[in-house]
Amino acid sequence: MLPELIILGIFLIVFLCDTFTPDNGKKFLTPLTSVLFLLATVAIWIVPSCQESVFGGMYVDNAACKAMKCVLNVGAFICFLEASKWISTKEVVIRKGEFFELILITLFGMYLMISARHFLLFIIGLESASLPIAALVAFNKHKYESHEAAIKYIMTAVFSSAILLTGLSFVYAFSGGSLYFSDIAAQISAGEMSGLLLFALAFVLAGIGFKLSLVPFHLWTADVYQGAPTAVTAYLSVVSKGAAAFAFFIIFVQVFGQVYSAAWEWMLYAVIIATITIGNLFAMRQKNMKRFMAFSSVSQAGYVMLGAMAADELGLASMMFYILVYVVSNLGAFAVISTIEDRTGYVGMDDYNGLHKTNPYLAVAMTLAMFSLAGIPPFAGFFSKILIFTSVTGTNSMALYMLVLIALINTIISLYYYLLVVKAMWISSDAPKIESFKAGCTEKTALWICVLGIVFLGLVSYVYQYFVSSVGASALLSLN
Amino acid sequence: MFGNILIWFVIIPVLMMAGLGVCRNSSMAAIRAVMVIGSTILLALAIWLCVDFLALRGAGVDDEMLFTGSWMWYAPLNIHLAVGVDGISVLMLLLSAVIVFAGTFASWKINPLPKNFFLWFALLSTGVFGFFISIDMFTMFMFYEVALIPMYLLIGVWGTGRKEYSAMKLTLMLMGGSAFLMLGLLGIYWHSAPAGGELTWNILEIARNNAVDPSWQNLLFCFTFVGFGVLGAMFPFHTWSPDGHACAPTAVSMLHAGVLMKLGGYGCFRIAIYLLPAAANELAWIFIILTGISVVYGAFSACVQTDLKYINAYSSVSHCGMVLFALLMLNQTAMTGAILQMLSHGLMTALFFALIGMIYGRTHTRDIREMGGLMQIMPYLGVCYMIAGFASLGLPGLSGFVAEMTIFFGAWEDADMFHRAFVVAATCSIVITAVYILRVVGKLLLGKVHDEHHLQLTDATWFERFSTVTLIVCIAGIGFFPNWINETIQHSFLPIIHALQNAI
Repeated sequence: MLPELIILGIFLIVFLCDTFTPDNGKKFLTPLTSVLFLLATVAIWIVPSCQESVFGGMYVDNAACKAMKCVLNVGAFICFLEASKWISTKEVVIRKGEFFELILITLFGMYLMISARHFLLFIIGLESASLPIAALVAFNKHKYESHEAAIKYIMTAVFSSAILLTGLSFVYAFSGGSLYFSDIAAQISAGEMSGLLLFALAFVLAGIGFKLSLVPFHLWTADVYQGAPTAVTAYLSVVSKGAAAFAFFIIFVQVFGQVYSAAWEWMLYAVIIATITIGNLFAMRQKNMKRFMAFSSVSQAGYVMLGAMAADELGLASMMFYILVYVVSNLGAFAVISTIEDRTGYVGMDDYNGLHKTNPYLAVAMTLAMFSLAGIPPFAGFFSKILIFTSVTGTNSMALYMLVLIALINTIISLYYYLLVVKAMWISSDAPKIESFKAGCTEKTALWICVLGIVFLGLVSYVYQYFVSSVGASALLSLN
Repeated sequence: MFGNILIWFVIIPVLMMAGLGVCRNSSMAAIRAVMVIGSTILLALAIWLCVDFLALRGAGVDDEMLFTGSWMWYAPLNIHLAVGVDGISVLMLLLSAVIVFAGTFASWKINPLPKNFFLWFALLSTGVFGFFISIDMFTMFMFYEVALIPMYLLIGVWGTGRKEYSAMKLTLMLMGGSAFLMLGLLGIYWHSAPAGGELTWNILEIARNNAVDPSWQNLLFCFTFVGFGVLGAMFPFHTWSPDGHACAPTAVSMLHAGVLMKLGGYGCFRIAIYLLPAAANELAWIFIILTGISVVYGAFSACVQTDLKYINAYSSVSHCGMVLFALLMLNQTAMTGAILQMLSHGLMTALFFALIGMIYGRTHTRDIREMGGLMQIMPYLGVCYMIAGFASLGLPGLSGFVAEMTIFFGAWEDADMFHRAFVVAATCSIVITAVYILRVVGKLLLGKVHDEHHLQLTDATWFERFSTVTLIVCIAGIGFFPNWINETIQHSFLPIIHALQNAI
């Protein structure tokens, strides 16, 4: 339970410091939390996982879970850095501590989602990962959009939880009274396929699909992303999504692995195609950068789920790598968006016209992020896409080749709209709207982390091999 | 790793990019210095490699690939950074180095943002060189895409005319081709070894294993050939080429038509035909039809264009179609011709685009109806244009003649009606080429001066002369001494011909 305890420890420290300092003395909270969190991430990464299982097997810790948690931590850390400017503005500075506390609590919930081997613990994790986000989305109290987004988010979150719980109640009925993953899996492999189970599968898929904003459960995404404060949007689009994807993979392969080929494959197949294509088609027409990133993240979620289609160790490792690369690329883009929004208030794509004349470094960072998201070599996005495609085609089934073909064609569509941003920044001849300004120190740090990640994550194969070996070491896919 | 000469073809452009990175946009001298030094070293390296290669072959080393090296990259998927060259890649590296060198001088006065222009230019050359040295499909594909994407910004920012449209069209079509290509490569990888063997991305090992299931070969051949064929301007996927070339800045047109389109032909040869020989034997006829259409249709289209760049873009479609056409004849003579044609077309089209850039820079029009009698005003450029034109229509003594003769001799070896009919059709393209070349020469260079203002124009400057002379020397060199090229490449066809015959 070490990672969870560390996060809870930081939470308590931040909470106490926040409570016992006066309103005008909260300046130190950002550096305190960031540094503590960075140390915690390093600690989680360095301390070897002890393969323990506690709470009677409800909670399991192993190398793969540890690697997943580290991926989430990277995202959360960059989000802290990106938020620092916004969180110090007059309207929200008084609630600065709350921001960090809420994020840490959601992270704690995500850790539980990854490590849970019992549906009760999983639901606890899921709820504590999603409910605080509603508060975060509503953080800009004085803004109408922020409230609207929070209401939309909370409604969908509760609704999807209800669907998920309905599905799980079917599973509970089927498994004869146990919610342990291993018991259910054993029951499924012993029994026959039943209509009840198919219902349960569909409900669970829908429940987690909402969190991942898979099509057709994506309708909340654009509005929430647009209305939420940009730093929260960034967090929502990568960390929250990443955790849901990991949980999805673990539940599918561990619990429903036995009926995978029969029922799951086709449901997921259709969902992935719809997600990638519809996300892309909607993204093409967006003029608001945050809505644009929302639809782009819908389609990226489809690519992430390709790893679940592979359903083997290589698939999981590729999925982890994809999410890590997606974290740095997407947060790189959001770092630029939030920096510009905090200074000028502009979030339209047309506002970026001629950005390279006034802020060349931001333009370069944004270009790299767009190229990486589109999967252009030598940037990391290329490698993560190719690795995930390679893992999917491993079974040599023609259906999966066709799935990859559709995904590949979609990368061309996505290239089109990512290039629209590049075009606005570099090619458009309009007079630049955004004036030249200096980015703050934390924003620069966030950008540098993202840019270095984008450039080197793919060229240096160490990270991917680390994922492969940690997945191999933890026997995640076998039933325990 | 750094002891391998081939790796330096990638490292030097990267160092050039690093050097450019510390320059400022305003310090033109420093930028030019970096580019000139870098491209000179690359040219010297390519010539050295060529000499070294010939010496080794002369000493009786008859490995399929020389200077090989292989370093593990992504161990779980057995992806290596594997390099190696045979005669064809050596010549392609030489061609690329010559054109990068000439392109640097052709964009001497690029404006605005010279630093960014040369950064992308250097990235493009990294991709091109990396592609030709790779023998691992993964790295090859990576470098292929690295070479494609800078085109978007190079055309979009520094181009002329409808540049935004053309840049987007070109990028999306070429990347669309590479999507199909990627799927083909994945299929080859997962079938690269017999059951139980270790899967590999290495081209030589895949060819040796020859384990791609016949039932998969046809599908994978279509994917890979179409994927590379898009870049080789194969009908009906050639439409990016005229728009893209017409809007691109001079050096980019040179590099793109001169080298990048060869990536398509080289890839078809090295991956589609070599690794999937059974499918190549079976399906060649489909692509012979398509490339045959490219050859004739491209030439006819060039006849009716009035924009100089469009004329040469369509002529490139025709000539590059000829490369693929010759490769699909699947015999050694025709393939030798295809390689010669790649070199010849690369040099002469680069010369064409350089000259068009220079003429456009003076007259500010590319429409041949608005120009005339340029020979009187700028005799140097006029003569160069004529030389390029004669090379294009196949005048003996220049490179075009050698290439096309070899292709038609080789193509005639297939004695059935289908092949012969297409060879006859393709041969007609030479006549059509003569029509459009002479039409341009007559209207543009000879005759009366069309516009009084043109009388004040000056002839070529020293860097322009330098750039063009380099290319003309190479064109004449191939024309007069084709034999050393033949000697350089003849070894390279043995494995592929062997594979094709085994697969029948």
